[in-house]
Amino acid sequence: MSYSSQAIAKPYFTVAITLFAVQVLFGLIIGMQYVAINIEGIMFDTARLIHTNLLIIWLLFGFMGASYYIVPEEAEQELYNPKLAIQSLWLFLALTIITVLGYLLLPYATFAKITGNQFFPTMGREYLEQPTIIKLGIFAVLCAFTYNISMTILHGRKTIINLLLLTGIAGSTIVFIFAFYNSSNLVVAKYYRWWLIHFWFEGTWELIMEAILAYIIFKVTGNREIVEKWLYIIVAVTLTTVILGIGHHYYWIGVPEYWQWIGTLFSVFELLPFFFMLLFVFNVVNCTKCHSSNKALKLWALSTPIMAFLGAGVLGFLHTLAPINYYSHGTQITSAHGHLAFYSTYVMIVLAIISYTMPILQNNINNRIVQKLEILAFWLMTVSMSFMVLFIAVAGIMQVYIQRATDLALPFIEIQNSMMILYWLRGAGGLVFFIGVIIYIIGFFYNRHLAVD
Amino acid sequence: MKILTKPKYIYYSSLIIFICLLLGLTIHTIIVLPERDHRDNLTPQIIQGKMVWEENNCIGCHTLLGEGAYFAPELGNIYKRRGGSHGGAYFIKAWLKAMPTNIPGRRQMPQFNLTDEELHALIAFLKWTSEINTSSWPPSEKG
Repeated sequence: MSYSSQAIAKPYFTVAITLFAVQVLFGLIIGMQYVAINIEGIMFDTARLIHTNLLIIWLLFGFMGASYYIVPEEAEQELYNPKLAIQSLWLFLALTIITVLGYLLLPYATFAKITGNQFFPTMGREYLEQPTIIKLGIFAVLCAFTYNISMTILHGRKTIINLLLLTGIAGSTIVFIFAFYNSSNLVVAKYYRWWLIHFWFEGTWELIMEAILAYIIFKVTGNREIVEKWLYIIVAVTLTTVILGIGHHYYWIGVPEYWQWIGTLFSVFELLPFFFMLLFVFNVVNCTKCHSSNKALKLWALSTPIMAFLGAGVLGFLHTLAPINYYSHGTQITSAHGHLAFYSTYVMIVLAIISYTMPILQNNINNRIVQKLEILAFWLMTVSMSFMVLFIAVAGIMQVYIQRATDLALPFIEIQNSMMILYWLRGAGGLVFFIGVIIYIIGFFYNRHLAVD
Repeated sequence: MKILTKPKYIYYSSLIIFICLLLGLTIHTIIVLPERDHRDNLTPQIIQGKMVWEENNCIGCHTLLGEGAYFAPELGNIYKRRGGSHGGAYFIKAWLKAMPTNIPGRRQMPQFNLTDEELHALIAFLKWTSEINTSSWPPSEKG
């Protein structure tokens, strides 16, 4: 660690990892509800709200922690305003806790009433279920984050990694404005909702992910020039494909049919950034000598592009071609793709940067027990997630076939029972994943406990 | 620095070109959209119905035009599926009032205790939604 303000990453990562465990716990609760094991007082939609909302929130905590570590070092400059970074951590955490408690303890309609949704309706849309006032708070946190990062970079060295990270962060903050737009016309509301959701998950977050990956590869190989050259290609391909790639969300929501052609075409191209990331990591890591003795880090860093290529790239590509999406849209296949894509790109990159930074932040580089726990957790999580996705994808194919593709299509609810075996297997996968998270957490906090101050 | 100038040029120009393309397509979409979403039919009741839909987090279990959760059936075409002008409204109202069914082994929908005004608004919203031109999606009437 070269700058003291980099230590701000530590509380951010701690919060991120804690929320990760809660998120997966609620995922497990949802998985159990699929096999009719219910917990009294927790409705499916409540558990799902917490599962999806916490996913976004803990990944944001992870990105913030990563940025507060990377940016000062790259800029060769202390963080512009460390106090603001700590304050926004507390604000963001408070907002998160209020939101989760609101979901858990109140009926959603009551939560909407008491937060004044009727005056400025933005709630009740997928991923944007938070009360309007909470959304304002999140926007404030994002603005403070962007301000802090841009001022640090402005006063310091401007590397490609830093500028890319800033582009991703500023872009995420700007498109968040669309969280506040909810037309009374459903089609228009859906159209602009994607300007936030698509550009976050497939655009600005992808830029942040690429910057973090590049930073790790640079740290492992020590070769900035090669990393930057690859980064240019990857980013250029990302930017050219992602913007019109939004078309693959527009097939069936009421907008003109030409979006099917545009969406399909650019979905094919959206595979390219992941392909180049794969080439990049394996070319660069193979052709230079690795400095790092951190085995867990190597595992995360090398498998992120492989898994991202499969989960976000190939699976996304298959599912977003209009003729296939006509059948697969809004089924378990969507869920399968969503799970693997989020895990392989964003979860893995955040865990990779934590794997790199925590030993440095803790002054006990590469503790052997922590390494072993982390590697075990990696395998448990990655393998169980892959199987979970396989099971849900098979369930989705069955669902499409029985409910949509035959002449004697059966109603949704009638066929769910015939997929029960797959839901059980998926639930088992979820349980193994949760065990993986617990082992990861034990390693993480054991590492914190070991800290030499 | 020679290497940097050329990619930077590609970086910015591609960004601008594709943003302009997206804005152009959006303008065109917005112009032709009224024919497809039949917004002339939007009434205050339908708008209230959308609010009822959102404030009860219906997408927490259902999908609407394929977006939402996959735990309960697609509702974009529920009005038509349940009889359209011949009983669709009646069915949805009776269904919502009958929840939960308490049939063992079947997923349960909660009782939302909607007022008659809210129920009628929600039904009007679902009817309007079922009439959106969605390029003949879903593939089957079952959703």
